[in-house]
Amino acid sequence: MRVVVAEDLFLLRDGLVRMLEAYDFEIAAAVETGPELTRALAELKPDVAVVDVRLPPSFTDEGLQCALAARRATPGLPVLVLSQHVEQLYARELLADGSGGIGYLLKDRVFDADQFIDAVRRVAAGGTAMDPQVISQLLSRRSQDKPMGNLTPREKEVMELMAQGRSNAAIAAQLFVTERAVAKHTSNIFGKLGMSPSDDDNRRVLAVLAYLDRG
Amino acid sequence: MRVRNALRTTAQGFALAFITLTGSITLFVLTVLSIAFIMLGVGLITTPLVLSAVRGFANFRRLKAAEWAGITIPVPYRPFPSDMRTGFTGQVERCTLLLKDPATWRDLLWMFTDMIAGYVTALLSFIFIPYAIYGWVLAAGVWRPIVHNGGNEWYAFIPISSQFTANLAALLGLVFLVVSLYVSPLMLRGHFLLCRSLLAPTPQMALTARVERLTTTRHDAVDNSAAELRRIERDLHDGAQARLVAMGMSLGTIEALIEKDPQQAKKMLSMARANSAEALSELRDLVRGIHPPVLAERGLGDAVRALALRMPMPVETDVDLPGRFEEPVEAAAYFAVSEVLTNAAKHAEAERVWLDVHYAAGMLRIAVTDNGLGGVDTTLGSGLAGIERRLGAFDGLLAVNSPIGGPTMVTLEIPCEPYPARPTMR
Repeated sequence: MRVVVAEDLFLLRDGLVRMLEAYDFEIAAAVETGPELTRALAELKPDVAVVDVRLPPSFTDEGLQCALAARRATPGLPVLVLSQHVEQLYARELLADGSGGIGYLLKDRVFDADQFIDAVRRVAAGGTAMDPQVISQLLSRRSQDKPMGNLTPREKEVMELMAQGRSNAAIAAQLFVTERAVAKHTSNIFGKLGMSPSDDDNRRVLAVLAYLDRG
Repeated sequence: MRVRNALRTTAQGFALAFITLTGSITLFVLTVLSIAFIMLGVGLITTPLVLSAVRGFANFRRLKAAEWAGITIPVPYRPFPSDMRTGFTGQVERCTLLLKDPATWRDLLWMFTDMIAGYVTALLSFIFIPYAIYGWVLAAGVWRPIVHNGGNEWYAFIPISSQFTANLAALLGLVFLVVSLYVSPLMLRGHFLLCRSLLAPTPQMALTARVERLTTTRHDAVDNSAAELRRIERDLHDGAQARLVAMGMSLGTIEALIEKDPQQAKKMLSMARANSAEALSELRDLVRGIHPPVLAERGLGDAVRALALRMPMPVETDVDLPGRFEEPVEAAAYFAVSEVLTNAAKHAEAERVWLDVHYAAGMLRIAVTDNGLGGVDTTLGSGLAGIERRLGAFDGLLAVNSPIGGPTMVTLEIPCEPYPARPTMR
């Protein structure tokens, strides 16, 4: 799988490249500025891009803007955005086109290599990887609301993982239950919240996020 | 239009002439007496009272100048220090401060001019129309009983002795009416300009007041940044630094253990990783408190939007900004909004908040309204007082309207200039 990595700090870029190579990714390019990233995305057409939000030359949200522009040119181009901080505002912008293949994670998540690589693969496959912090912020905000209050603690756990972009199998593994149990929970959740159920992982995430975001 | 204007001016002029004569003469006499009685001791008690009445009276006239003639007259009085003593010593201190304020003496001079020149201008701004009517009343036949009873009546410069002269008076009255249309508003304006010449601070006084204000705000700014640095130092010292030390120690132990007891070493490795994650999250919080990343990346508009999204209650956000502002201004505005929103969430138990951020005519205006409990504490030491001090460095203002039971409305204004292009940082 061919990856473009965009990160301006040498140590982190080098670390990312090593980690990805260790998991048998092919590094198509490792760049350090916004314009370079734009060019790499357009010319190399990687299977997935791992992009830092803040890049030179402006040191603002250049990486995010480049990623969004590239996705406008090539809809569904898988991009995993990394940042020192997560903002719902940015998450919304990334999810806005609804075409999947998007990830948004704190840089800390690279500490757990297995999980991080799993997220990269998920995004490359057109799925979604949302940072748990984004989801927990959304959840804490809606917790006073009636329909969310109706969920059992287990259902809430399932919902949180679902919103992060995990498949039923992954949720089952994390919570030490069977996949059938997870499927039952998810259909309960969809029922209680009045959402139309879906088996497509990406659609599921969007539905949950849209629900959480409402109001 | 012009007629209505003249009629309104007449009414206003009449009120002014009355106020000027009664108010200025009474207060002038009282002030002079009160100051004279300071020698006897009684004046010490009465002077602050009388002078505060004088200031009230002058402020009333400033208000009217703005309302009736569109003339703004700044208030020149020096503020009292916040740590005034109470009781008799406080009274003496207050009295001395008042007498030392040049604005007090200018008020005295103003009242003296006001009861003469101010009265005349006020009179001239209203007298024409009634006098014109009087001319017509004479011509309508009232001249007859006056003359028959041996009255020696003049209408302006016309001696009234027959219907003919009375008719002339009516004609002159018409002229006066036309004159009033043009002169009355001018006279009213003149009246307030006269007030301004004595009530507004002299350039010297304005400058002194400005210097005093700048000294205070600079003091606050320096204090503020020193306190911030202390807080950052403490947070780093107790947080990330301590965690890195712990991590270093763990790594050292792991090095020693790795061959003897790999199981234990593995356990310590995962602890070290947890520590580093903690350190990162503490640093992230710290960075947010120093300069929020979204603010650096996107500017004020998106930063307050992101802030609103992080609040536990729904915040309806309306942002209309032409571009970005100086970084310190953006940061001050951001932290002000952050503090106000946090207050609304924590203390006011608000269920809904409306946040309005816009820029017009050189002024950044932010209004935060919540439907919470109200009764917000604005006294010294509260978070809001801190915001006010921070905004003071930019000549910004904070206004809080929070009746008990809500709603609370906090408005802040910062004079600043936007620049449309994205700045380059570092």
